Amino acid sequence: MSWATQDPESFRQSLRSWLDTHCPQAMRDGLNTEATICWGGKNWEFTSKHQKLWMQNAAEVGLTTPRWPAAYGGAGLSREQDKIYLEELARINARMPLLSFGIWMLGPALLAFGSEAQKQKYLPQIIRGEQRWCQGYSEPGAGSDLANVQTKAEDMGDHYLINGQKIWTSYADKADWIFALVRTDRDAPKHKGISFILIDMESEGVSTRPIQLISGASAFCETFFDNVKVPKENVVGEVNKGWDIAKYLLTHEREMISGNNQGLTSGRPLGAVLAQTAGEERLSDASLRAAAMECEIDALSVGLTLERYKDQAEAGAGVGDASAMLKYMGTELNKQRYELMMSAGGSEAIDTDGAHGDLAMDWLRSKANSIEGGTSEVMLGIISRRILGLPG
Amino acid sequence: MLAESARGFLDADAPVSKLRKMRDDGKTHDPELWAEMAAMGWCGVLVPEDNGGVDMGHAAAGVIAHELGKTLAVSPFLSTAVMAATALKQVDSAASAERLSAIAEGRLTYALALDETSKFAPENSQLACEKSGNGFRLNGQKSFVVDGGFADRVLVLARSGEGPEDLTLFDLPADRAGITRNDQAMIDSRNAARLEFDNVDATGDDIIGAAGDAMTVLRPALQAGQAALSAEMTGLAAGAADMTVGYLKERQQFGRPIGSFQALQHRAAHLWCEMEVTGSAILHAGRMLDSDPGNAAMAVSLAKARAIKTAKLAVIEGVQMHGGIGMTDAFDMGFFMKRARVASEWLGDYGYHAEQVADARGF
Repeated sequence: MSWATQDPESFRQSLRSWLDTHCPQAMRDGLNTEATICWGGKNWEFTSKHQKLWMQNAAEVGLTTPRWPAAYGGAGLSREQDKIYLEELARINARMPLLSFGIWMLGPALLAFGSEAQKQKYLPQIIRGEQRWCQGYSEPGAGSDLANVQTKAEDMGDHYLINGQKIWTSYADKADWIFALVRTDRDAPKHKGISFILIDMESEGVSTRPIQLISGASAFCETFFDNVKVPKENVVGEVNKGWDIAKYLLTHEREMISGNNQGLTSGRPLGAVLAQTAGEERLSDASLRAAAMECEIDALSVGLTLERYKDQAEAGAGVGDASAMLKYMGTELNKQRYELMMSAGGSEAIDTDGAHGDLAMDWLRSKANSIEGGTSEVMLGIISRRILGLPG
Repeated sequence: MLAESARGFLDADAPVSKLRKMRDDGKTHDPELWAEMAAMGWCGVLVPEDNGGVDMGHAAAGVIAHELGKTLAVSPFLSTAVMAATALKQVDSAASAERLSAIAEGRLTYALALDETSKFAPENSQLACEKSGNGFRLNGQKSFVVDGGFADRVLVLARSGEGPEDLTLFDLPADRAGITRNDQAMIDSRNAARLEFDNVDATGDDIIGAAGDAMTVLRPALQAGQAALSAEMTGLAAGAADMTVGYLKERQQFGRPIGSFQALQHRAAHLWCEMEVTGSAILHAGRMLDSDPGNAAMAVSLAKARAIKTAKLAVIEGVQMHGGIGMTDAFDMGFFMKRARVASEWLGDYGYHAEQVADARGF
């Protein structure tokens, strides 16, 4: 399949016919919620044979990672083609074939900072959905003050010895590997003694414990490292320069969180969602209608901004600190959308066995959006200092 | 590049202090500034090259409007170079070709006479146009005719039948017998007028487009104007926000610059976010008008709604963060606040445009 060289229109046509035969009907239900996402990994249990088939079909032609280079198994699509790919998925209401922290976070970091050996070892497994990653950034004493990580990695000559604790490690209990920030130099200024390291979760001394949240079952875990041996080749980039990678990934994560909120840019009008939730008569409720209209106008504009930034990035101008804006605006809007859907749903929405299924749980879950990946207040701080240049 | 050259020119020739002086002198139009804008090609930004324009498109018109907004420059750019030019471009006639050339050269100014009540609703126009001999006779009134006090010509929307869109658009010299113009004292010190039409005679030659089909000509013109006005509003928001952020860095309280206080930092950062997002909607509207004008309606309404929300926030925060001096006439923030209020009403307020978006999004 040589999609990478096709012009937009022929790409769209050949993609359409490929989707016709390779995307199972059962995967065209528009569901991309936490419960229906295919995460992949060594121990992944597919929820249906269709889910498995869809992931494998997409992986085979690199469409689990449309922008990644073909050399590692990605589809090597251009920015414009990627946009068409997302449009075509939305057109047939298809689920994403595979989503993971490997795709969102580690892959981009390896592509930018990893060695050739690291790329060849990890990227193909991520693309094929065989390896599930989690992110080890936050610590009990280093949430928003991320550079304050204390988990230490001691140089033992032929390996590192890791001791410490991570928190809010999403899906750590289900992950095969973790990419983590560890302190490799205790004497350096806090940003300068951090390294970015890859740890096999099956290593001796690694343990995890899920954290129960207000939404019931939780994606979040605590992860403990007790004398864990890690080969030195698992450091990505230079030792003690992990903060550069962390910053790069934080920017990436902010864009991902803002852009990936279901519905925000997927073209699904909030009005349709609300009508589904409320039954038509409720949309005539003047205050709900007014709030929904404003939310929709704001969400469409944030979506256009995301597109504009992607185009900028494609043209070689990085988005940089402005990603804090996307994260802030995107997550605050997502919370608003869930508030509106809950209002529209009424008593059915607060009934956990009610007609709206997981809506209440998703609403509770959305409250974490403006905390995880850096709080809204941290984002506003980044903007006020680094973009507006206000004094610290 | 267009933005930079525009900014340089406007900072020098049309700073906010100029608006202040015009207000103090009781003036609402500056023919010299208009002539300079014509010399730079701005008046012909949407006029085809065959008619002596530069035909740079709506995105470029938005860039100019944004810069005009930043310094609150006073000019009939929107009503003449954007809206009238767009309307005239819809019709293929010798008269419209001549008028387009005159606009590009800065020789002709236009105003649009649309509103009759306090809210934008062109389809509700009641100004009557009755058949009279071989021609028509116009009776009624229009209000909030921006630049209507001095414009050379007026595009007048008149009702020619019972159907909701049974409207006819006339292109009349403003001094046609029977037209009386009374200035309205708008809070932003710009020109607007009430127009009375008392047995005004018109002929078929005065109709622009087809009789009973005004919206075909007017709709693209309105969309062009709404998009450019949105851009002007983000410009004024940026002008107000620049002043505010500058002040936060300078003003000392409790022995520190007030910009070091987190409460103010977060307000300023939030404002910046809103402006950045609105900028995308404005850009999108301009591009849609240039590339796919038949489907630009939602993009334009999205831009105007966001522009209103953002400009309002920028001036409210501007006054609040400046404290007491923000409320004084000696200080410029009030000019920004007044212009934002007037621009919010012109060509459709938030509710009007939100409804357009809601329709398009199936609410």
